[in-house]
Amino acid sequence: MKIKSPKDFWSGLMFLGFGLFFVIWAAIHYQMGTAVRMGPAYFPILLGGLLSVLGLAILLESFVVEGPPVPAFAFRPLILISVGCVLYGYLMKPLGLFVATLALVVVSAFGGHEFKWKEVLILYVILMLFSWLVFVRGLTLPFPLCPDFIANCPIR
Amino acid sequence: MEIFHNLVMGFGVAITPIHLLYALIGCLLGTLIGVLPGIGPVATIAMLLPITFNLSPVAALIMLAGIYYGAQYGGSTTAILVNIPGESSSVVTCLDGYQMARQGRAGPALAVAALGSFFAGCVSTLIIALAAPPLAEVALKFGPSEYFSLMVFGLVAATVLAHGSLIKAIAMVAFGLLLGIVGTDVNSGVLRFTFNIPELSDGIGFVIVAMGMFGTAEIVANLELKDNREIFTKDVKNLWPTREDFKRAWAPVMRGTALGSFLGILPGGGALLASFGAYTLEKKVSRHPEQFGKGAIEGVAGPESANNAGAQTSFIPMLTLGIPSNAVMALMIGALMIQGIAPGPQVMNEKPQLFWGLIASMWVGNLMLVVLNLPLIGMWVKLLTVPYRYLYPSILVFMAIGVFSLSNNAFDVLIMAVFGVLGYICVKLECEPAPMILGFILGPLMEENLRRAMLLSRGDPMTFIYKPISAGFIIAATILLIVVALPAIRKKREEVFVEEV
Repeated sequence: MKIKSPKDFWSGLMFLGFGLFFVIWAAIHYQMGTAVRMGPAYFPILLGGLLSVLGLAILLESFVVEGPPVPAFAFRPLILISVGCVLYGYLMKPLGLFVATLALVVVSAFGGHEFKWKEVLILYVILMLFSWLVFVRGLTLPFPLCPDFIANCPIR
Repeated sequence: MEIFHNLVMGFGVAITPIHLLYALIGCLLGTLIGVLPGIGPVATIAMLLPITFNLSPVAALIMLAGIYYGAQYGGSTTAILVNIPGESSSVVTCLDGYQMARQGRAGPALAVAALGSFFAGCVSTLIIALAAPPLAEVALKFGPSEYFSLMVFGLVAATVLAHGSLIKAIAMVAFGLLLGIVGTDVNSGVLRFTFNIPELSDGIGFVIVAMGMFGTAEIVANLELKDNREIFTKDVKNLWPTREDFKRAWAPVMRGTALGSFLGILPGGGALLASFGAYTLEKKVSRHPEQFGKGAIEGVAGPESANNAGAQTSFIPMLTLGIPSNAVMALMIGALMIQGIAPGPQVMNEKPQLFWGLIASMWVGNLMLVVLNLPLIGMWVKLLTVPYRYLYPSILVFMAIGVFSLSNNAFDVLIMAVFGVLGYICVKLECEPAPMILGFILGPLMEENLRRAMLLSRGDPMTFIYKPISAGFIIAATILLIVVALPAIRKKREEVFVEEV
């Protein structure tokens, strides 16, 4: 059998995988219940079953109907932008807003077409000041500003 | 006239200085993100949601609503001048608007888009004021089976109206519904699909999913494209359309407003669908269809009126039934819930100030937008010259702040990144994220109403057919599915969305 429509093949596989996962996980871990008193597993199994069937149908159709190939993934921006966001989240508590913003701006800027240190640093300074003045001072969001190890933060 | 009395009260609320200020902020922000490609109202409203906690409910809704319809005005500017849709709902405006700009008629194109939008905004606000009260009256009689069937109908309509493959759209809805039930089961207290992660016990935040699927995924997709824009900034001198332009544009504006208002009410509808529908309609009724795509003013006037009308009438299901018809409305419901207001038909009676204040503010907001978009057009055009490499790190910073501030938790940001990757995969595989988001919001609601309905009927699924209103929704949903699955209509449906390319 030859895959005629790669986009459908992979999306079908994805839906089938997710659907089966929800059905199996719910069936093992939760109570099914009855139609009158539905247990926690009832709705997920119903829907997971539907998703699996649809996924299977899409998968099978991909062997029959002609379709376009899956376009290439831009891994560089995808990874750098995701990593930048995650760094921001996990650096906030230990290192504070200023360092977290620096990490996000620099890492995500590497995901673009061109990277100039000077531009990126100026952008960082503007965004840092904006986050600090508007969100922390203005809207009083409780973000830590200084790193954790500095006992008395001079900035407020 | 009760409605007159109500509207006077609404205007009393809307024109207090503080609410005027928030309407202005909303319209400014809306135009800003509308003009800037790569950031839409969903991500913006999601970002601002945590902040609205500090505002009064009326001010919060007025501002957020302003962002949504403001984006419809701003989007057309980018479409006409740069041939990039500033907003997904102005995709079709590129076709003729940009051609008009190339012929040196960018001014009239912008003016017709703004004036058409203004007209549509005024009419559709009136429609909301007239249609919402009787609908809410009916909705008060809804029981669990009616609500469940209504949601089924809504989801079916959303898949039918989404572009791309129908079966994939249905699968995305099911996927969204499943993701929506992650968290504590309200009936049994069982933690479902939380994998012992304490942060998941309250479920996955809708704002986080929306920002990932529509925010980060969109940025990555944009970064793939090269940054080459040709902007017709110098041509924006003579704004006023000629008498001939007015003669050609008024009928499309009327038709666009009517069609947009109707499509906006449908679940899954709203601005995007309205603009596509209006363009197709104009092309059909025109005596010179060959001019379309070559700078026909009808191709700007129709869709631009329609998307603004659709953006506003999509408030109707949210305000009367408490059910979101698109992602923006889901965020509005989120904003209401942050304020401790349970959305639904009772809002109109219990909080008349909020309801009528919001409606009146739409008139005020539309007036502000015409002023913002016509005389001040030069300012927005300048914004377009800002390169994307400055914009996207800024957008990311604001999104990260928004997500982190939800509960001061790094895990939320991680989830956003995960959904960003998922959203990007979906873009590549041509699976529309919009139906999934709708399913995600409705998941818990649907399960709850299904359970209640089945409990009341002692497990008899026929309850959905025996109750007349419920049966109506089920029949409508079935007909819709059958009709769309018919080969002839299927082909037509694909044609409508082909305009985009």
